Amino acid sequence: MSSVRVLVGTRKGAFVLRSDAGRKSWKIDGPHFGGWEIYHVKGSPVDPDRLYASQSTAWFGQLIQRSRDGGKSWEPVGNSFAYEGVPGSHQWYDGTAHPWEFKRVWHLEPSLTDPDGVYAGVEDAALFQSRDGGQTWRELSGLRGHGSGPLWQPGAGGMCLHTILLDPADPGRIFIAISAAGAFRTDDGGATWRPINRGLRSEHIPDPTAEVGHCVHRIAMHRSRPNVLFMQKHWDVMRSDDAGESWREVSGNLPSDFGFPIEVHAHEPETVYVVPIKSDSEHYPPEGRLRVYRSRTGGGDWEALTNGLPQRDCFVNVLRDAMAVDSLDSCGVYFGTTGGQVYASSDSGDSWAPIVRDLPAVLSVEVQTLP
Amino acid sequence: MIQVVLPAHLRALAGASGPVTVEVNGRATQRAVIDAIEASYPVLCGTIRDRATRKRRPFVRFFACGRDVSNEPDDAPLPEAVASGREPYLIVGAIAGG
Repeated sequence: MSSVRVLVGTRKGAFVLRSDAGRKSWKIDGPHFGGWEIYHVKGSPVDPDRLYASQSTAWFGQLIQRSRDGGKSWEPVGNSFAYEGVPGSHQWYDGTAHPWEFKRVWHLEPSLTDPDGVYAGVEDAALFQSRDGGQTWRELSGLRGHGSGPLWQPGAGGMCLHTILLDPADPGRIFIAISAAGAFRTDDGGATWRPINRGLRSEHIPDPTAEVGHCVHRIAMHRSRPNVLFMQKHWDVMRSDDAGESWREVSGNLPSDFGFPIEVHAHEPETVYVVPIKSDSEHYPPEGRLRVYRSRTGGGDWEALTNGLPQRDCFVNVLRDAMAVDSLDSCGVYFGTTGGQVYASSDSGDSWAPIVRDLPAVLSVEVQTLP
Repeated sequence: MIQVVLPAHLRALAGASGPVTVEVNGRATQRAVIDAIEASYPVLCGTIRDRATRKRRPFVRFFACGRDVSNEPDDAPLPEAVASGREPYLIVGAIAGG
């Protein structure tokens, strides 16, 4: 019988939540790495028991952990993330040049074909690749070196490479996103890159339609249609139908077009989820009502999903890596909050219930659908 | 042999239940002791010193014979009592909130 495993990264450790396909009764396992910030945990699509976790603190820096048994046990692997060549500089908040400095790994994206293959998106923004299960890491330096790197600038959360999308139809194509530089694409496995930000408009930068400088919060795709991308930007929900060559706004009737995560239904490529957040600076749900918004039309027309979610006095945030879907017949949708709740819906978002309410602030949520 | 007391998180990573001992060839300095720790426990590489700059991490403090040696140069000699193993070299996570 199928089951699901939810991998939760928090400010103070990792948690593994398990349930059968009914998704009503959950076993909570954790904290793993208690006291450490776990920015992301993700499993290999080839070998679901192979997990990778990003573990860090301000005290002791960055570690990468690997599990071979679905998170029951872990082993530290390589943590040497050395920029290739002379690192150079990017822009600091005040526009001055600032040297590239490694801070942490935000996102780990396992290969679609090799359990030993994994990509790491890091702060200060760069993309690293491991082909040996995380033991050694090599920068795909064509991203930083393609020309616009000196113009990149950190967002409030740091200059992080937070999104890595691997094209299931084209092994050479990878999409990444950086706050606050924008979205980028390679078509040759990471050797060469170019910005894909045409159509984005960001009023808070000197040239609102600049080639780079946009604070992209998250990109999502459905694996059956890798040319269709959905983006949650600092402001605006966007859509591209040509692999990022051009974007159009699909914020439609959302109560706020600011937010962090964006996700696509497992079986309906035109069904998209966002969590509108009030901004600038507040970063909590409008009117204290936690609502997931769903579009069944690929954006533009959105409906509020509230059944089971707090509709008063709720002032949590949902961070960019903290939403995911399972692939059971009735698609499950999951998200975690900075208040430590992990909510699940087993009916595509129609109704919600908390799996767990009192974890540390949730940084990331991933879901594995197991046979 | 030099005794080293690690902070709890690093002790867990190293799989140690108490103080660890390392051998230093030549003069016992903070650089030499941390080199020896990293050689014996590769999992600790990057946790005490930044991998790129080799500087000791700002939120990690270092004590010897009741004295804070965090701001001492890497190659300054540690006290004889630490070098001879009578007193431990203490590595401590800075007291900081969060």
